Amino acid sequence: MSRGFLESTTMAFARAITRAMLSERTARQRGLLQSLDPRVRVVGLFSLVLAVTLCRRIDAVAGLFALAVVLALLSQVGLAILAKRVWWVVLAFTGIIALPAIFITPGDVVTRLGTVFITAQGLRAAGLLVLRVETAVTFTALLVFCTPWSHVLKALRALRLPREAIAMLAMTYRYVFLLVETAAQMFESRRSRTVGVLAPAERRRMAARTAGVLLSKTIETSSEVYLAMQSRGFAGDIQVLCDFRMTMWDYAGLLLFLAVGSFAVWAGR
Amino acid sequence: MHIPDGYLSPSTCAVLYAGAGAGWYSALKRLKRVLLARVIPLISVFAAFSFVVMMFNLPLPGGTTGHALGVTIAAIVLGPAGAILALSIAIAIQALFFGDGGISTLGANCFNMAIVGSLVAYGAYRLIAARAALTSRRRVIAAGVAGYLAVNAAALLAAIEFGLQPVLFHDASGTPLYAPYPLSVAIPAMMIGHLTFAGMAEAVISAGLVAYLQVADPVLLRGSSDWAQGPSGALELRPAGSSLRRLWLAIAVLMLLTPVGIIAAGTAWGEWSPAELAHSASVSVAVSSQGATVPSGLERLSKLWTAPFPAYAPGFVRSRSFGYLLSAMFGIGLLLCLSLLAQGVVARYRRRGSPA
Repeated sequence: MSRGFLESTTMAFARAITRAMLSERTARQRGLLQSLDPRVRVVGLFSLVLAVTLCRRIDAVAGLFALAVVLALLSQVGLAILAKRVWWVVLAFTGIIALPAIFITPGDVVTRLGTVFITAQGLRAAGLLVLRVETAVTFTALLVFCTPWSHVLKALRALRLPREAIAMLAMTYRYVFLLVETAAQMFESRRSRTVGVLAPAERRRMAARTAGVLLSKTIETSSEVYLAMQSRGFAGDIQVLCDFRMTMWDYAGLLLFLAVGSFAVWAGR
Repeated sequence: MHIPDGYLSPSTCAVLYAGAGAGWYSALKRLKRVLLARVIPLISVFAAFSFVVMMFNLPLPGGTTGHALGVTIAAIVLGPAGAILALSIAIAIQALFFGDGGISTLGANCFNMAIVGSLVAYGAYRLIAARAALTSRRRVIAAGVAGYLAVNAAALLAAIEFGLQPVLFHDASGTPLYAPYPLSVAIPAMMIGHLTFAGMAEAVISAGLVAYLQVADPVLLRGSSDWAQGPSGALELRPAGSSLRRLWLAIAVLMLLTPVGIIAAGTAWGEWSPAELAHSASVSVAVSSQGATVPSGLERLSKLWTAPFPAYAPGFVRSRSFGYLLSAMFGIGLLLCLSLLAQGVVARYRRRGSPA
């Protein structure tokens, strides 16, 4: 039991690092989305997520899902990766949540399964929810897989997000990996010294102690970062360099994104 | 508890973005008053810490495991403003980079977990810990209870947001367009898991972290909401500045605004008196079929207690606005008296309990 707890936490850390590395790798590939200005990618994909939530018809959402698949293929994002990391996860989570809606949503009875009834409204509601979530999460995943984090931040700054927020997002992202690695090492070293089964209370104490040491390291790190900022002459003025240049191709891409999103909302109203 | 895209309607998302925006703005404004250069790395690294804590697979009583939010320890160490920003940054990175939680629902997730979660955790911790010594066991219990309450408050909000969707957003055939379950299903479904596992996970990690800090670094538990820069640049905490004057001002403004309620026509739904219920056309149609204009139980129970200021208007006051003002002053005065009385009783009890 204790091994399960230690192993599952270590695995969670490893998954986070693997996912980040995968995203950085796919973001460097040559593809349709990668060829567009990061600001266009952020605005375009965010507007498609918005269009997905605004659509009221399942066929319009299905059309947007097909568009997401085409975009993934043209951007060298493997469908196997999307299926494993997005579609299956969403289906497992949202599918289970949506399933009872088929039976408990009042409406026109389609068929009967023993003592319960399946309604047309329930089927539509469950289908719409699953497809809507799948499509929206696929668009978000495409942004993550096709855009390095530094470019996402610069694009967000171009969209007038406060400088302080950008600075904190950038710094957090950097230290997430440092702390993930530190925590993974702590769990790994503890796992290598654990023989037999720990009592449940001892397991909880161990988790709290590990989190406590991590907290101490967090405070220490923040003080070190502050001193490093001071030593470099930081006086409270945050600068975010944004050296992107929009080309005709980017303007055309932005227009296309907005047009497709608007059309989907109109068709799915 | 991270709501993905597609569960909430765009208008719900917009309202919750506005609520979260107000929280972010006031938190950022509050922190800008202290040294920005010190705050940015502290909040950023703390956000990274919260992110990592959310990945911990915590063993819980009963043999199961659960994930914590890390909102309580952030609220205890950083104060509510710092916790709001740290948690919001962690949630934003989860949504934007790891696809955990949606982009359209980012405002909702931050509102539920970062803003309401932080405020509930901070309020509960301060209330229970009160002026207990930094190494007191009471602080450990306070952190555990605060964690449990914070997670469940955030979950309840999320459940209400889910439950409102089928009521407000459905097509002509009655098909729900977003989260399909009404409040009667969404609240129990959401709360069962949080009242048991998720709430307990947050309680375990918060209490454990406070117990650890009591031994390793008790200065972080001073229960403050402000930072000061020490001579070496290291983190130092100072007690929260007294903002009583502002509180009094806010109470005075709210008191002056009480007559605004008169503008609304009719009575709030469900707050009818027996007379209003009898005269309400829609209600009387509904109940007359059962042969009674006013339910007999309601008529009987309504006579149990007669308020001194019925309908916020004492009998001797002719102006309704003035009646509202007077009621507000009376209500606040009554609460102050009760609060002073309680303080007096607690102080006397403590004096008796302390060694001579």
